[in-house]
Amino acid sequence: MRRFATERAKRLLFGSLLASRSPPSAFLCSSPPAAAAMDPAAGVVTVDTINPKVLKCEYAVRGEIVSHAQRLQQELQDKPGSHPFDEILYCNIGNPQSLGQQPVTFFREVLALCDHPSLLDKSETHALFSADAIARAWQILDVIPGRATGAYSHSQGIKGLRDAIAAGIADRDGFPANPDDIFLTDGASPAVHMMMQLLIRSEKDGILCPIPQYPLYSASIALHGGSLVPYYLDESTGWGLEISELKKQLEDARSKGITVRALVVINPGNPTGQVLAEENQREIVNFCKNEGLVLLADEVYQENIYVDDKKFNSFKKITRSMGYIDDEIPLVSFQSVSKGYYGECGKRGGYMEVTGFNAQVREQIYKVASVNLCSNISGQILASLVMNPPKVGDESYESFNADKNGILSSLARRAKALEDAFNSLEGVSCNKAEGAMYLFPRLRLPQKAIAAAKAVNAAPDAFYARRLLDATGIVVVPGSGFGQVPGTWHVRCTILPQEDKIPAIISRLKAFHEAFMEEFRD
Amino acid sequence: MAPKPLDYESLNENVKKVAYAVRGELYLRASELQKEGKKIIFTNVGNPHALGQKPLTFPRQVIALCQAPFLLDDPNVGLLFPADAIDRAKHYLSLTSGGLGAYSDSRGLPGIRKEIAEFIGRRDGYPSDPELIYLTDGASKGVMQILNTIIRNENDGILVPVPQYPLYSATISLYGGSLVPYYLEEEANWGLDINHIRQSVAAARMKGICVRALVIINPGNPTGQCLSEANLRELLKFCFRENIVLLADEVYQQNIYQDERPFISARKILLDMGPPISTEVQLVSFHTVSKGYWGECGQRGGYFEMTNLPAKTVDEIYKVASVSLSPNVPGQIFLGLMVNPPKPGDISYLRFAAESNAILESLKRRAHIMTDGFNSCRNVVCNFTEGAMYSFPQIRLPPKAIEAAKRAGKAPDVFYCLKLVEATGISTVPGSGFGQKEGVFHLRTTILPAEEEMPAIMDSFKKFNDEFMEQYEDYRGYSRM
Repeated sequence: MRRFATERAKRLLFGSLLASRSPPSAFLCSSPPAAAAMDPAAGVVTVDTINPKVLKCEYAVRGEIVSHAQRLQQELQDKPGSHPFDEILYCNIGNPQSLGQQPVTFFREVLALCDHPSLLDKSETHALFSADAIARAWQILDVIPGRATGAYSHSQGIKGLRDAIAAGIADRDGFPANPDDIFLTDGASPAVHMMMQLLIRSEKDGILCPIPQYPLYSASIALHGGSLVPYYLDESTGWGLEISELKKQLEDARSKGITVRALVVINPGNPTGQVLAEENQREIVNFCKNEGLVLLADEVYQENIYVDDKKFNSFKKITRSMGYIDDEIPLVSFQSVSKGYYGECGKRGGYMEVTGFNAQVREQIYKVASVNLCSNISGQILASLVMNPPKVGDESYESFNADKNGILSSLARRAKALEDAFNSLEGVSCNKAEGAMYLFPRLRLPQKAIAAAKAVNAAPDAFYARRLLDATGIVVVPGSGFGQVPGTWHVRCTILPQEDKIPAIISRLKAFHEAFMEEFRD
Repeated sequence: MAPKPLDYESLNENVKKVAYAVRGELYLRASELQKEGKKIIFTNVGNPHALGQKPLTFPRQVIALCQAPFLLDDPNVGLLFPADAIDRAKHYLSLTSGGLGAYSDSRGLPGIRKEIAEFIGRRDGYPSDPELIYLTDGASKGVMQILNTIIRNENDGILVPVPQYPLYSATISLYGGSLVPYYLEEEANWGLDINHIRQSVAAARMKGICVRALVIINPGNPTGQCLSEANLRELLKFCFRENIVLLADEVYQQNIYQDERPFISARKILLDMGPPISTEVQLVSFHTVSKGYWGECGQRGGYFEMTNLPAKTVDEIYKVASVSLSPNVPGQIFLGLMVNPPKPGDISYLRFAAESNAILESLKRRAHIMTDGFNSCRNVVCNFTEGAMYSFPQIRLPPKAIEAAKRAGKAPDVFYCLKLVEATGISTVPGSGFGQKEGVFHLRTTILPAEEEMPAIMDSFKKFNDEFMEQYEDYRGYSRM
């Protein structure tokens, strides 16, 4: 009797849960049968049963150090004075407007008018908006069917805007661009994902990526189940890209049975900031041609150049200037509204220019784009503005140019100031940021520090970054998030805090570093 | 000889398998005809503003001010913008970390997620956690993210209604999973019978498929049917018993055209049912600014809400979201405005209410006009559009038409729809794009063309249909001697 009651009690405990549930078809679903039986609360979507590619994918830019920073930020809010700093300085992410950079006025005028076109019917509008912003808004609305900025557009983006972008590309390069080659996307990142999706069939498909790289690439390759084939940039030559290194890594991958499909080049580089020389670019193009690789050219920092002896050349321009015609070189060029002097990250605007693919393949690219219908219209408009800014003679040109030059020259100054600061630190060497928005200093850490890091199960650069954050509130990303030559340590720090904050950042950094090196002196 | 790097043959097979008819063959043909100068009425996609629906005034005022914050400093701003729009713009700007141009939290601005949680709380009567609400560039991106998280390989099956919105079939193909169809009952107004789902699951398991999730679209697309409370209870019990995640696509929750079955969220019923269902069944619910009476498709604003997913899984979803940095900020603000529209007493309330009601009432009238128009054709049977934005009439095609289609190398409904667009400019999507029973043909159109143009459109359709039937119908029983 008692045993019966106990059994009954047991059943009541796990309740109708187990009784009414059909046994999970364990052998079909290949989830451990024991687990499901023991813990009916485990449910079906757990880390043990989700897509393993999701588990594999990593993205350090918004990783652990950032979560810790957010916790500290909350603590500062709840208990002011609880830390040796007043504010968290997010130098982990290329997000200029979150650190006080102002948007370009002309662009915002046009966008506001396009967002609320009935403003254009009111006479008061002329008192609040510049005449050429009004004119540009009319121009843009005229190419949008029904002037409906709230409607899904063509899946590649509004034709008239693509025309404008193609014209802007042609102006930039001196070679024509075809609007039908352009796919407007919610930022450059979705375009990168699209290409990875297209190219990667299995883990036997490899994509050559620079090390260090912007971890969108490693994350996307992992998500799509491919293999990242690293090629190392040479820190000793200002992060130079050597063809011999490309060849070596390509052959190595092939010998392991990997079919290398594409080469990613980030120019200007992220996190490294190097700007490729033309000769280098020509070698890269020939390399891709000879080896049958798609060239994926991430050119989102094309407007961020801080040195006089280097110039941005798009790979499109390089291939055309070498005499190659469209179908000889498969090339995908990525551009974004998030960087440059416009820094409009939150808008999610960008495009890829796809050249050198046959019609069948282009149909597939279009098809994938169409599943998401289209990218956000405001971002599309902004992309067309970025590629077609005010020109000399336009009413807004003077103020636009002042905005632009103000931001770019300030970025150049900040790049230099921080570069010098890092180089002044004991054991730290920092290559010049020729472009982009980052510094990637190398840390030569004492053995004691490396041991201390190991003791808490942290990579030495993560250990250093964490200590830096705890002492100063400055958030940087450990180099391991980008890849580096094994045994070397780096951190990536943006050059984006406002100029007036830089001296304080530098002094805190110096103070911290001195104390750190003292603490761990061998 | 250098190998060709990207031939069709060397593309990811999954990409090749994807089909998305909404912007497929019919749309491309219609676009061609448009280029040649033909007037096309695009009813292939739920895109209200493209067919003349005007944006609501208040949200556009707010977003314009957020785009150009310098306006807020201008003493003349009150000449162009009402005070409540100005206040709201200031409110949303204060929620951002640097205005519209800064990446937000990868999950979306916390302040807006809080507003959405509050909306859900009001709607359902249960509190919602902003930490479990993620904003995305349109609901589609959210659907794709969740399916990508669930699907491991081709043995993972996702239950999808037939007919369905082909985002689901396309995404399942793209991620290499298996689509497990369950048929809706056309004769019962596209009703959902749990037995069909049971049968589908059993059949799938026999084939070695591990059924992972169940998609419901409520109100339905393309069918428009609204699920009853009893339906939802059955579905939740089913998911509980079978250990299946429920994916509730609720993007049309504001589009309801009858009173018998108002919208009830899956989450509300889940919580109503109490433990163990309320604590065990895993649910992801999707919503958007693209539909309803807002129709702001071009903003790409959407969200998903997770219920009963383990913390570690939520972390993984967060991680993947962070790779794309953040959803677009203006779209996020539209979401905030949608869940928090002007209230009675607000300066903009009357206008907002008038605009919204006009749209909803007109949609309801158009749902009737279209249903009745289709039903007036003798070979067409059309269920009433209870909700959403579409009409999905069944077109009975005579054998001669089916043969002609075969000869032309087209599916019969594709053949019919191509002829329709060529004759009348009405661009629809053939039913095969959504799934249908073998040998039964449909087309999907939207109820979105302007109300004043509807009668003419339906007349045009009827004329075409009658001529088509005359051409292909077999006059049996009449001797032609």
